[in-house]
Amino acid sequence: MAYAIEAQGLRKSFKTREAVRGVDLAIQQGELFALLGPNGAGKTTTIHMLTTLLHPDEGTASICGYDVVKDAAVVRRNISVTGQYAALDESLTGWQNLTLFAGLHGYSRKDARALAVELLESFNLAEAGDRTVGTYSGGMRRRLDLAAGILSEPKVMFLDEPTTGLDPQSRRELWDAVRHLVKNGTTVLLTTQYLEEADQLADRIGFIAQGRVIAVDTPEKLKASIGGKTLTIKLAEGTDPANVCRLLTSEFGMEAHSDEGGLIVKAAVREAALAHSVIGTLIDQTAAVDDFALSEPTLDDVYFALAINRGNEVAS
Amino acid sequence: MSFTQTSGARTPRRSPGCLASTALIMRRTLLHMRNNGFGLVVEAVLSPIIMLLIFTFLFSGAIAGSVSGYIQYLLPGILVLTVVPMTVYSGTTLCTDIARGVYHRFRTMPFWQPAALFGPVIADGLRYSAALLTVLSMGLALGFRPEDGVAGAVLAAIYVLFFAYSVSWVFALIGNVAKQPETVSGTSMMLVYPLLFASNVLVDTSTMPRWLQVVVDVNPISVAVALTRGLFHGTADAADLAAGMGVCLLLVVVFAPLTIFVYLKRQLR
Ligand SMILES: Nc1ncnc2c1ncn2[C@@H]1O[C@H](COP(=O)(O)OP(=O)(O)OP(=O)(O)O)[C@@H](O)[C@H]1O
Ligand SMILES: [Mg+2]
Repeated sequence: MAYAIEAQGLRKSFKTREAVRGVDLAIQQGELFALLGPNGAGKTTTIHMLTTLLHPDEGTASICGYDVVKDAAVVRRNISVTGQYAALDESLTGWQNLTLFAGLHGYSRKDARALAVELLESFNLAEAGDRTVGTYSGGMRRRLDLAAGILSEPKVMFLDEPTTGLDPQSRRELWDAVRHLVKNGTTVLLTTQYLEEADQLADRIGFIAQGRVIAVDTPEKLKASIGGKTLTIKLAEGTDPANVCRLLTSEFGMEAHSDEGGLIVKAAVREAALAHSVIGTLIDQTAAVDDFALSEPTLDDVYFALAINRGNEVAS
Repeated sequence: MSFTQTSGARTPRRSPGCLASTALIMRRTLLHMRNNGFGLVVEAVLSPIIMLLIFTFLFSGAIAGSVSGYIQYLLPGILVLTVVPMTVYSGTTLCTDIARGVYHRFRTMPFWQPAALFGPVIADGLRYSAALLTVLSMGLALGFRPEDGVAGAVLAAIYVLFFAYSVSWVFALIGNVAKQPETVSGTSMMLVYPLLFASNVLVDTSTMPRWLQVVVDVNPISVAVALTRGLFHGTADAADLAAGMGVCLLLVVVFAPLTIFVYLKRQLR
């Protein structure tokens, strides 16, 4: 059976900037695949090529076996796209938007109306249905956008940062909606900046950086690939975390990074005993450790480990 | 957001063809007009009336001596003068629209793609018609009496509408090529106003110096106005008709396919 989404050597440049530099993907039908990567990594550009919006400069891609360039019309019948920026008509009401899109997807007028009512209800927009979308909040737009994406019951669904700007409650509900889709056999490719989201939802995760896919695996395997555990150190006020990171690298050959306001330093450690001597050394040398903890690695750790590796590779 | 799978039992779907797609997108433009009724009234009723009043009372004294005399000459030209700038506005709207999100969604949907252009272009005819009717009734109230009666007036109005459609493809093309809506209105107005005023809309060309007369007479606006006038007053001859229709057909044949080509090509960036 053909892959739901397949890409080989996709490349795309804008003028001289190489946005995508050789992306390969093979996503099974019914799979939920998350594409992760820093800003400007090429996620949106990749999705634009897979959804017939942009033609690749090089390489090929297919959806359910249909080429995105040669069989664009067939591809469009099988996909739906919910872009990073809501693709709605601001001057129409929510209800008018949904009936328009339903009509263009080939539903009869009667079905289109019924479907619009049903979807507004499901997405908690029933009351706002008669207001123009221009008056909606960001979260309401996202939800309407998703409703418009679901309406055609697509085989393959592309969601580019679907939960950006949603409150925690709406985010959970959207996760449920996406899980529901996948349970019914839809293939989903989503991008997100929330690593927890990918961890919760995805069957497999692809990390993309500087236009290339640098790692693909299940969340569990990715976390296991870090090896060992994550040591989180909270530094006392007035300590320079960059110094601590340098020290960890020079003394123990560890990859360490600091985040969130700077006083937290994280490092991957292979075994608990090593953590012990790390803390000992730090206290001896700087006496600046407020608190520390050992934990299983999270996707955040994978993200930073990969980004650091990448940085080394580029530098050398 | 209690998500339920959409229930079954619907008629099977077929991707909409060219007529169905165009009708759906036209409906969208009509809904825009309905949702923004005030804008429509300003554009299609108030400003044409103001234009008509200004030109009638400003120039009638200077040019023809009396309002009732001058308006027989002026009104057909004012119809064209009213409608042509409205077609520029259509191009501007198209430019804003294409850059916006909905058109992104349209491009990933399985309908007949040129409908995304035909829909707004055709539906805008309603705005032009509203303005035409306004100017015509206001003109009748001011003493405009077409010599060819109702039949001539209907033919003339239909012709102006057809001319507006033809011209709107020019601005649809500019709207497709331009990156900013401001560019569309800027370049278009630069094109339109000289043509509108260096024409026979306001004054009879026979009073002009010979060379200017030649220039003004080949101006497509003049050609269209000459035919409109002829239809109203029953004086149009075969040459007027051929020239007037020829201008329209030429515009459509050149600019419509070009616009569609540019629009479809755009996604290949
Ligand atoms: N239309 C365009 N013209 C020029 N450069 C572009 C265009 N679209 C994207 N780029 C560039 O291509 C690169 C990849 O952009 P892309 O939008 O695919 O990133 P992304 O991974 O989606 O980022 P984000 O997380 O910020 O959404 C960026 O460097 C961006 O500046
Ligand atoms: Mg993006």
